[in-house]
Amino acid sequence: MFGKLSWAAIPLDQPLPMIASAIVALAILAVLAWVVVRGHFPYLWNEWITSVDHKRIGIMYILLAMVMLLRGFSDAIMMRLQQAIAYNAPGFLPPEHFNQVFSAHGTIMIFFVAMPFMIGLMNFVVPLQLGVRDVAFPTLNSVGFWLTATGALLINLSLVVGEFARTGWLPYPPLSELPYSPDVGVDYYLWGLQISGIGTVLSGINLVTTVLKMRASGMTYLRMPMFCWTTLATNLLIIAAFPILTATLAMLILDRYLGFHFFTNDAGGNMMMFMNLIWAWGHPEVYILVLPAFGIYSEVISTFSRKPLFGYRSMVAATMSICLLSFMVWLHHFFTMGAGADVNAIFGIATMIIAVPTGVKIFNWLFTMYGGRIQFTAPLLWSLGFMVTFIIGGMTGVLLAVPPVDFVLHNSLFLVAHFHNVIIGGVLFGAFAGYMYWFPKAFGFKLHDGLGKAAFWFWIVGFYVAFMPLYAAGLLGATRRMQHYEVAEWRPWLVIAAVGAGIILIGIILQIAQLVVSIRQREKLRDTSGDPWDGRSLEWATPSPPPSFNFAVLPQVTGEDAFWTQKAQAREEGSAKGGVRYEPIEMPLNSPTGFVCAFFATIIGFAMIWHIWWMAIVGLIGAFATFVVFAWRDHEGYVIPADEVARAVGAAR
Amino acid sequence: MTAATLAHDELYQKRIRTGFGFWLFILSDMVIFSCLFAAHAVLATRTAGGPSGAELFDLTNVAFETAFLLASSFTCGLASIAAAERNRFWFQIAMAVTCVLGLAFLALEIREFAGMIERGAGPTRSAFLSSFYALVGCHGVHVFAGILWLLTMMAQVQAKGFRPDIQRRNLCFALFWHALDIIWVAIFSIVYLLGVAL
Repeated sequence: MFGKLSWAAIPLDQPLPMIASAIVALAILAVLAWVVVRGHFPYLWNEWITSVDHKRIGIMYILLAMVMLLRGFSDAIMMRLQQAIAYNAPGFLPPEHFNQVFSAHGTIMIFFVAMPFMIGLMNFVVPLQLGVRDVAFPTLNSVGFWLTATGALLINLSLVVGEFARTGWLPYPPLSELPYSPDVGVDYYLWGLQISGIGTVLSGINLVTTVLKMRASGMTYLRMPMFCWTTLATNLLIIAAFPILTATLAMLILDRYLGFHFFTNDAGGNMMMFMNLIWAWGHPEVYILVLPAFGIYSEVISTFSRKPLFGYRSMVAATMSICLLSFMVWLHHFFTMGAGADVNAIFGIATMIIAVPTGVKIFNWLFTMYGGRIQFTAPLLWSLGFMVTFIIGGMTGVLLAVPPVDFVLHNSLFLVAHFHNVIIGGVLFGAFAGYMYWFPKAFGFKLHDGLGKAAFWFWIVGFYVAFMPLYAAGLLGATRRMQHYEVAEWRPWLVIAAVGAGIILIGIILQIAQLVVSIRQREKLRDTSGDPWDGRSLEWATPSPPPSFNFAVLPQVTGEDAFWTQKAQAREEGSAKGGVRYEPIEMPLNSPTGFVCAFFATIIGFAMIWHIWWMAIVGLIGAFATFVVFAWRDHEGYVIPADEVARAVGAAR
Repeated sequence: MTAATLAHDELYQKRIRTGFGFWLFILSDMVIFSCLFAAHAVLATRTAGGPSGAELFDLTNVAFETAFLLASSFTCGLASIAAAERNRFWFQIAMAVTCVLGLAFLALEIREFAGMIERGAGPTRSAFLSSFYALVGCHGVHVFAGILWLLTMMAQVQAKGFRPDIQRRNLCFALFWHALDIIWVAIFSIVYLLGVAL
């Protein structure tokens, strides 16, 4: 009846996950109780859960990412503490638990922090920057978000019911095959990622269509803000790369569930095919993460230097060539496979070539700042921190691209330091810069700048203290994923790294404090102009927060830096406002389709993880019925009358 | 611009967007199939002492499958023309024939699979057969999903007529169905024709 599921699945004998999950469950219950008691449920349901407004969906993506960041970071703290004390000692995490922690850390940080953060920012900002009223497929957007949330839910459910994978963030066979991972850990991973991966592809299709087919009149490709270009590149990569992940994980699922032999040791399976396939997705994935961040830095640096972006066209060319090159380097993740010197050399060189367009970008940002009137706000600090940090990470990356060096450093802590160097320094700093930069647009008040700067300094110092020692330990031969070790020389480095994690923790606490303080002081930090930074692109032409239809009158674009040009013209001609004729606007209706789909996807995922076949069939029928019901509706939109449009804009101004 | 032309323009834009977005979806689906093709290319000779394609494949059966599927693409095209003409009668006839041809294809495929499994050549026998069943089966699952979609579209047109949103879905369905044909041509050539020669 319930497949592999029984009471034994709940780890009552392990205090750590039980306490953690009890706290989480209590927190969720408390929030739910507060929502119901205070009567907020209808508001939440009507305005957020069923919303198809790209801005709200973007905000929900970012909220999901922030909550998951706390989860992923607590895993990080546990690992750093374990390695700091587990010198010739067992530490406090038993091996089977430690292995789950590092697997969950990587999975959560990549798929449920970095991805939703970036997709959330793109969702929120891109239609505003393009000067349009919505994304191409609003309901699909909502489905994509809720499927991502389903994935996050399943991964976190593994804490309470059953266990998570012990195979690392990419489940390499044969370890991840049934004989060596017989429990449900790998299945949680597989189904969580399959479901959220579908959501990611939907979001990719949506954003590419939006950028290519829905721009304001006059917004030619070479007038798009840089963030729109990087969004285009990223989502093209999503469409081309994420299906590879889906296919690869599907093959592993077939191996585990139906006894297929794609990656098994016996019957002719080829486990190295998994490495090739997963990295054919995995390497583009790192560019999927970092390209939007590059776009954010471009916007932030140009705004706070009060200059147009230097070398805009070379920036576009660099972005698109990274987009292409990212598919040609996957083999550098397993030089040690034994493909031969020629193959390794080709992929090593291809890898180093990517450093060229990236270098172009760095110089462009530097030249943008050169001669500018620079305002050192918190978003700019994150961008400066990024440039320094990312160059170091990039250089260690070029080092690792040399195959003989890679043979020495493969799977060492040097590698761990390298990719944290580029992902924290590149992606996460970019996410934070974007969060602080666009927060006033989303909510109508700025974030507290002082606390933001303090958070930045703790983060960046903490980052260097935590990860530079790992380079050293890696060069001394320390491998990744060690539950304990006996080499005395590694110990000091790992203790310093733990201290660094503690400093980052202070940075995170300061970020939470920044949010709380800013909300409490929102009247003081209120921005009524809609343009708090004297911005250059069209999102700043709307009131903050923008009305559901974004633009009362669709903008006409006449050049790069559309809003900046408009402002300059308005200054010359005096106030050109007034005499605007508003017209009725049609907007898409809210729909619970996304939420209901995710509900059935959760049922399907959970049922498949625990081999409860009847329940999976029920979920599939429910999902199909949801589509039919959605297809049967008679009205897809509603019309906002002209006077209401005028009032919404007037009231917000 | 009058309100009527504005509405017409907006509908035109929506059709372009929907069609373009669906092309992107088909592209992503093609990438999934590419991975399965790649896996098949790697594993095609890994028979682990079990039967090879030359021993298993019955090209006559495959020829009939191909004929059914290609014919269904033709009738699907007729349905598109009927939809463009807003002719409900011929739309339903053409879709129904498409459905029957699709079901005939599936029946032949299921019979082929069942026969192979009976002879001990199931997907668990060897890596070659794993990749064969995954690739061909994935296409079969797509055809099955396509048939569910087809029936939904027939019901929608019957209940709601050729509304613009339903016409957009008809467009997407036609793209989907033709794309499955293209993939089948690749399966026919690479899996079956090359497989018999291997």
